[in-house]
Amino acid sequence: MAVCIAVIAKENYPLYIRSVPTQGELKFHYTVHTSLDVVEEKISGVGKALADQRELYLGLLYPTEDYKVYGYVTNSKVKFVIVVDSSNTSLRDNEIRSMFRKLHNSFTDVMCNPFYNPGDPIQSKAFDGIVSAMMVQAS
Amino acid sequence: MDPGSAGGTFMSLSDTEQRCYSGLYALCQPDSSGIPAAGKVAELFRASQLPAETLHQVMEVCGAKRLGFFGCGQFYAALKLLAAAQAGLPVRLESIAGELPLPVFVGITNELDTRYANHLSTSESQPHTLGSVPASAPRPPTDRAVLRHPDTSMDKQEAWSPPRSPPSISPPRSPSAYRSLTYSAQRNGTDTLLAYDGKMPGRPSVPQENASPGHYSFKLQPEQPSITRVASVERLVERVEVDYSDDPWRITEEQREYYTNQFRSLQPDLNALIMGAVAKNFFTKSKLPIPELSHIWELSDVDKDGALTFPEFCTAFHLIVARKNGYLLPETLPASLRPGFQEPVVTAAPSEATQPLIVFDDNMMPGANQLEIGSVDLQVTSRPGVTTKQDTRDESRKPEISPKRVPEPHEKPMQRVSALKPDSPQELDANMKSRTRPRSYSSTSIDDAMKKVEEPPTPPPRPQKSHSRASSLDLNKLLQQGTPGAKSGWLPPPPALPPRPPATQIFSFLPGLEKSSQKAVQQPNFADFSRFREEQESGVRAGLSTEDLLPPKSDCSLVHQGHAPQKPMRRKLHPESQSATPPLTTPYSAATLTKPTQRPPPKQKREIQMAIRKNRETNAVLTRLNSELQQQLKVVHGERLTLETQLESMRPVAST
Repeated sequence: MAVCIAVIAKENYPLYIRSVPTQGELKFHYTVHTSLDVVEEKISGVGKALADQRELYLGLLYPTEDYKVYGYVTNSKVKFVIVVDSSNTSLRDNEIRSMFRKLHNSFTDVMCNPFYNPGDPIQSKAFDGIVSAMMVQAS
Repeated sequence: MDPGSAGGTFMSLSDTEQRCYSGLYALCQPDSSGIPAAGKVAELFRASQLPAETLHQVMEVCGAKRLGFFGCGQFYAALKLLAAAQAGLPVRLESIAGELPLPVFVGITNELDTRYANHLSTSESQPHTLGSVPASAPRPPTDRAVLRHPDTSMDKQEAWSPPRSPPSISPPRSPSAYRSLTYSAQRNGTDTLLAYDGKMPGRPSVPQENASPGHYSFKLQPEQPSITRVASVERLVERVEVDYSDDPWRITEEQREYYTNQFRSLQPDLNALIMGAVAKNFFTKSKLPIPELSHIWELSDVDKDGALTFPEFCTAFHLIVARKNGYLLPETLPASLRPGFQEPVVTAAPSEATQPLIVFDDNMMPGANQLEIGSVDLQVTSRPGVTTKQDTRDESRKPEISPKRVPEPHEKPMQRVSALKPDSPQELDANMKSRTRPRSYSSTSIDDAMKKVEEPPTPPPRPQKSHSRASSLDLNKLLQQGTPGAKSGWLPPPPALPPRPPATQIFSFLPGLEKSSQKAVQQPNFADFSRFREEQESGVRAGLSTEDLLPPKSDCSLVHQGHAPQKPMRRKLHPESQSATPPLTTPYSAATLTKPTQRPPPKQKREIQMAIRKNRETNAVLTRLNSELQQQLKVVHGERLTLETQLESMRPVAST
């Protein structure tokens, strides 16, 4: 169960950010922003390999004492970042991968909508629904 | 809401009463659970112009006080009681058992008038609306409140029709009517309207709503079959209401025709898709805000392919039309707009439309269980490859729809079956979506994962460059056995020199040229010695490696270092050889001298003896070589030790 989910565009501005404890949003925004550096590092590390050889799931970007940050990047350089509570150790890598897959699926649906201009903030309710399903139940 | 709470008076409600009451009920703005707003109810009661005591009595009798709120049944009972009170009868349950005129509500009926007119305008889209005008006459005169409406409504009908001409909006008068229905046209006597009210806030409330008015539908049913394209306003109205009030999201035939024409204007082939961009341009003309259009798209593009099939297009169009007429967009696609559901509505012609619609009502309300069961069956049976089949089914039905205007009895079972289907597709869509959607990115990620798995086992380290011709020396081994810290250019440690090549050369040379061969043979030996002796300090290892007699080493690293020592070695060779050869030549010369003397008698013996001597001599030479080399080895080891101690002594300095 994620604590914060963010979708970042190719130009590194956020298309969608949602966090569960809505008070502490700023902290999560900051975390996501700093994790972008790690994402860049990971995707630029593969020098000669082409994009399709690159793994989309980036894995654990970096852990802090409170939470862990996972990253996923699409072939169009749209990044998904999931922040997970560290105390939630039961989350396995596969589960995170499936979360990213669902995110990517619904993101593609949003893209398919001709009324959505790529680069706009995502306002799709279906996307919201999927994200809410993945977030920790707000206490 | 059980009828018992009101003493079973429901069964005695007449058509007009039903309609009136349901209109009033809707007027009181029931919330999602069907409870009329208390404020509105109070207003309504006050509008009846009855004394407060009577109102209290009414409320008490109808059971609202007992329940604490006005449920549907209580509300109806209250209305009847009000009617009775207005008629002068005592407020008792018994008094409402009989036929009563409708209660009159001052001040509220005006609202109902206008809304009723709105509602009636919907009947325009029905071919039978024309009959409504003359049909107003036969209305029971006691039905005063209702009577007013047809007149005004007729006027307003015409007034409404011109504004309805704009092509983009003309068909959906039904939604507009629907809107008026929600505000409660009096006409909506059908429970289905109430059911519809329940539906509007949310689907889950439908069963609740349907439960209470359920019996109304039963009452209506016997009337429906009698309804034909005729004349009486009541029946026409009922039909209209039945058509509309069933579900505002249901697309009527005329609407569908319109949508089909629009689809054809964009894409002549009904089975083909309208691309996203085309659809976007088209729908943008409706001037709805983009977020809403986006939401509509999300709802209607069921297979999420970025293009609209014909049913999807109809859905989208219908939603746009509904939105334009004031309905709020639902969060999820209403059942009647789901791809599988649209067909049955259209296949039925007007006269039969009521029947199948009512049948649906039956199925949907009490028979909801049947639907679920049926849908489960369908799910089980049709799960594999549903979405595609569904589309083909829809497509195949479309050609049937347009030519078929005459309803057929066998349509009903088809409709029921298809009515069952909407449940299955709706669930299957979600399932299939997650399963069957080809996602290239997911496949690439799997491929990537597989590739990654393959990548880590790096290919075995390629063999280092070796001399093409130095196999005998096994320089590869030499290089690999080199110290780990040794640079690639660093020559290997003292190899175990295979003396054989010199030996073979000796053998090859000896039979041929004697002296020269001897010298040649000796030279390398001496060369070895010279190299070892004179180059101990600089690069003993280099010397050792270069002492090989074989032709040029392909290893460039060795060549560089090999050349340097070779030249001085060659230089040394001469003096050495010159000095070394004399002592060695003497035994050989002695050997050779003996040869010619022994030639004549047994040449073979001499040859053999010669060979033996040579072998012995070579052995001697080789043993000398061996001993020399071992001495060199010891020297080299000593040097190595000194170097290592120097290194160790230097380390603390380096680390700090």
